[in-house]
Amino acid sequence: MEGRFHIDYAGFTLDVDLSIPEKGITALFGPSGSGKTTILRCMAGLECSPTGFLSVADEVWQDERRGIFLPTHQRPLGLVFQEASLFPHLTVLKNLRYGMKRAGNNHGEGFDAMLDLLGIRSLLERAPDSLSGGERQRVAIARALLTRPRLLLMDEPLSALDMKRKLEILPYLERLRDELSIPVIYVSHSLDEVARLADHLVLIEDGRVIANSSLTEALERADLSAVFAGETGAVLETTVAAHEEDGLTRLEFPGGKLYIAGNTPALGSRLRCRIHASDVSLALSAHTDISILNTLPATVVAIADADTPGQVLVQLQLAGGKNLLLTRITERSRQALNITPGLGVFAQIKSVAILR
Amino acid sequence: MDNASLTAIWLTCKLATLTTVLLLLVGTPIAWWLANTRSRLKGPAGALVALPLVLPPTVLGFYLLIAFGPHGFIGQAMDALNLQRLPFTFAGLVIASVIYSLPFVVQPIQNAFEAIGKRPLEVAASLRASPWDAFFSVALPLARPGFITAAILGFAHTVGEFGVVLMIGGNIPGKTQVLSVKIFDYVENANYTQAHWLAGGMVLFSFVVLMLLYGRRQRADWSR
Repeated sequence: MEGRFHIDYAGFTLDVDLSIPEKGITALFGPSGSGKTTILRCMAGLECSPTGFLSVADEVWQDERRGIFLPTHQRPLGLVFQEASLFPHLTVLKNLRYGMKRAGNNHGEGFDAMLDLLGIRSLLERAPDSLSGGERQRVAIARALLTRPRLLLMDEPLSALDMKRKLEILPYLERLRDELSIPVIYVSHSLDEVARLADHLVLIEDGRVIANSSLTEALERADLSAVFAGETGAVLETTVAAHEEDGLTRLEFPGGKLYIAGNTPALGSRLRCRIHASDVSLALSAHTDISILNTLPATVVAIADADTPGQVLVQLQLAGGKNLLLTRITERSRQALNITPGLGVFAQIKSVAILR
Repeated sequence: MDNASLTAIWLTCKLATLTTVLLLLVGTPIAWWLANTRSRLKGPAGALVALPLVLPPTVLGFYLLIAFGPHGFIGQAMDALNLQRLPFTFAGLVIASVIYSLPFVVQPIQNAFEAIGKRPLEVAASLRASPWDAFFSVALPLARPGFITAAILGFAHTVGEFGVVLMIGGNIPGKTQVLSVKIFDYVENANYTQAHWLAGGMVLFSFVVLMLLYGRRQRADWSR
């Protein structure tokens, strides 16, 4: 899908030109106030953009130059807001039917499957007031999807929930990602959420797009670290290669292997791992007298300022592959070790976070 | 209670009911507009609607009488349409009551619409509801408490009016002689027994109405 929006507010200009994959979850990521939600609202037709353009699956929804603007209720989209937005005067079932009826889904196509996918079958006769925050969001997602949208827009759907509810709803979102064949735009300012769910990342800052690429590529870039702040870190797509006798699992990726504790993940399955920049340290030689298990040979690609004074971010290319890693070290260590682009180093990885 | 009193009570109920129904029909679009507009006219329009709250009923009655009269624009329009002029008629009373009680109906509904906010309507639009559809299927049901308050206040306030009625309607039994005017009539003629019946009834009625209203508010507070 393609979207171009330009809006001038007092003291803030939104100017974006987006090209987004037609399938999978695309995260709109950026600090609060950067314009993520406004972009989403433009796509939904809730915000006026005098020169706006939007096409989804080669169908033009908005092209102001040709005088085309479909109002929100004529756009086949699903919208999930930050806070629970169920109609309080209707039961869960009537909330679901509200959209189905108006979208012409009278025969309830996909209704049963949706109830199971989001685990809301037992809630149908309940009033929205009596549901937990997580349940409400699941119903809201089901309600949006039952209109058979061609675009799903989600505006920080988890941010109003506490950690426990978040963890409860994330698996449902992952199932959606795997089963939906429409583009999903997911606005978030939580990198953990984004790294776990999204395949594609659009970085927004001050109303502009500063990066638009696959998730892995964006997270490997040292120059974007300011946006990610303390959450900077690369993502590796790995395959579960072996369960070893001493209780470790070996993960392999092009150009290297990682060990993680435990052996729950099934052999051959894909695992997305995140390596925080602050969990990687550098050594000039391969140590064997050290407790750190995961040491990968790499070459320094670039050095950039970190968001904290006295620290720098070093971008590394792992040997034998295309994968990049980021590490956060102090400027003093950089000088002591004389780390410059092109230098061969060993990345010692203190911990690996499994995203999915 | 004598027959004249019963006639006055019946007339008052008829007037208040008709006025309330008309007010809900007229007041809802005004309240909706006031709740949603960003126009510069919002301030002046809101003030205009609220005027009857502060104006002495005689001022309102005086201007309405002039407008309804043979030289007023409404009077001339009625003449042109070959209709009866409005002063001293039940229809004139209804129109005057609608204007007089307007703020009591518009304000609770406007507050209810404002409390709902834009979000439920945006959600409705994302579920393919057209603006009219969303108004009837979401805004109206969500604003129901505001409508009930508005109806109670509009009805009660119309029952309680006196000055405007006297100036527009006069004191014609069965036609424009409402309760409050009838009480005035009895007192003037020193018929305190009948005055007591009506006045006492009014006190009881007003108390019950207000009790219902505040009881509703309290329940609404608890249910939050």
